[in-house]
Amino acid sequence: MKMVSAIIKHFRLDEVRDSLSKLGVQGMTAIEVKGFGRQKGHMEVYRGVEYEVKFLPKVKIEVAVADEKLDNVLNSILENAKTGEIGDGKIFVYNLQDVIRIRTGERGEEAI
Amino acid sequence: MKRIFVLTLLALTFCSSLAFAEEAVAPTASIGLIASNIWMMVATFLVFIMHLGFASLEAGLTRSKNTVNILFKNTLIPAIGLLTYAWFGFNLMYPGTFNGFFGFAGFGLPFPTVDGGFLDLSYNEGYTYWTDFLFQGMFAATAATIVSGAVAERIKLSSFLVFSTVFVGLVYPIVGSWKWGGGWLDNMGFYDFAGSTLVHSVGGWGALIGAIMLGARKGKYVDGKIKPIPGHSMPLATIGVFLLWLGWFGFNGGSVLSADPALVSLTLVTTCIAASAGIVGAMFTTWTISGKPDLSMVLNGCLAGLVGITAGADQMGLGSAFLIGLIAGGLVVVSVIMIDKLKVDDPVGAISVHLVGGIWGTLAVGLFGQMAGAKQFGIQLVGVGAYGVTTAVAVFIIFSVIKATMGLRVSEEEEFEGLDVSEHGLEAYHLALSPAAKDSGI
Repeated sequence: MKMVSAIIKHFRLDEVRDSLSKLGVQGMTAIEVKGFGRQKGHMEVYRGVEYEVKFLPKVKIEVAVADEKLDNVLNSILENAKTGEIGDGKIFVYNLQDVIRIRTGERGEEAI
Repeated sequence: MKRIFVLTLLALTFCSSLAFAEEAVAPTASIGLIASNIWMMVATFLVFIMHLGFASLEAGLTRSKNTVNILFKNTLIPAIGLLTYAWFGFNLMYPGTFNGFFGFAGFGLPFPTVDGGFLDLSYNEGYTYWTDFLFQGMFAATAATIVSGAVAERIKLSSFLVFSTVFVGLVYPIVGSWKWGGGWLDNMGFYDFAGSTLVHSVGGWGALIGAIMLGARKGKYVDGKIKPIPGHSMPLATIGVFLLWLGWFGFNGGSVLSADPALVSLTLVTTCIAASAGIVGAMFTTWTISGKPDLSMVLNGCLAGLVGITAGADQMGLGSAFLIGLIAGGLVVVSVIMIDKLKVDDPVGAISVHLVGGIWGTLAVGLFGQMAGAKQFGIQLVGVGAYGVTTAVAVFIIFSVIKATMGLRVSEEEEFEGLDVSEHGLEAYHLALSPAAKDSGI
């Protein structure tokens, strides 16, 4: 099992969610986050003074997937989160040791 | 037996007072007085709602960790203002015949009566005594509110409340009596229709001296550079400015002191033209200087236009009102930037709106409209100077005494944590993880 964690642009969230649902992904967590990457920050002006916003708002999604679904999920995120502009985000993949459904106590892929 | 005696006595007293009432009939109000008094009461409601406007604007232009504190101050100010005004402020500001500098007609509200204890309606042709008190009382509190914005996010609540009580209770009515109470500046021919100087500059001087004596918010000026501290809610700030604009219909429209159809409607027109021109003036100025049109500056521009027209709202034609507002809008943007460069930290722009706008509006009476002329301009200058020096010195003394006795500022730690938690133990916005939300089962 893998944990796929992707930082994406806000306005791509719906497309990414829908495409993952079509692949049979049944759960996802979305978190409002702030951070910086190569895009760095941007300049804003408040009452005549320019200042750098050093952290930009993004959405982080987290999806637990069975190994055999991993490639499809990654491709789907790549396809739907991409705008081609700087700041599209990144995908991180981790090994996932276990998953437990709290209601039933099921473990492993059953619980995904 | 004793009881029957008392009852009889009561009955007799009652009968005799009834008989007395038959002789002294309540005075009948003319249609004119009824209409005028209704307008003056409506104007009072409108000035009242300006306090919500100030509260929203200040909350919006400051950080969310200080919102409860801002709202608390803005709730207390009208309360302190009205109570002190009822107790002694009204009679300090309108002492009747006096030496022109200081007079006092006594504590409380000794309303005028006619035979039978009825309110004397001949008090004024435009309003009753009670309307007069409440309308002027609503005005009084606005002067203290102006200071609140400039000292926001770092002043100790208790110190601010003490300051406000003295400022609105003593300073405002005493200097106010010089003009509106029929004092020396009134005799000299100084003109301030609805308070560009008496309310706004007086509050503005308080804001300036207060902001200087308190020092800047932590993190505002670092290594000689200005670090903007953006307000947490532009929607709240915008709601506040629209409420203030609405309130100004009463602030200026009510200052006609009657429902005179021509004068009230003209005043509302000049007021709105100046507000609109202030917005446009600020927009062009901020867009030119910063490269981006700043909403917070345009909101300040609207208020500056309103403050600017306030001294001569009944004296101006459309063109004059437009120019006064336009210049006020431009001035406020330049002033906000300049004051920031001088490292005087004014989170909401109160000094620029009320002091700079107020001085401009007061001088504009000598430059535009029916009273324009070199002599009038000179008198207006004297008024601006007299109010400036007196108020600044008074505020300096009050803040110095408070600083020496109870301290002015919250500790650095409290400032970082936010005044909501450190002063009030309460947050303005409860998010899902806060204890309150958890207990309610969200």
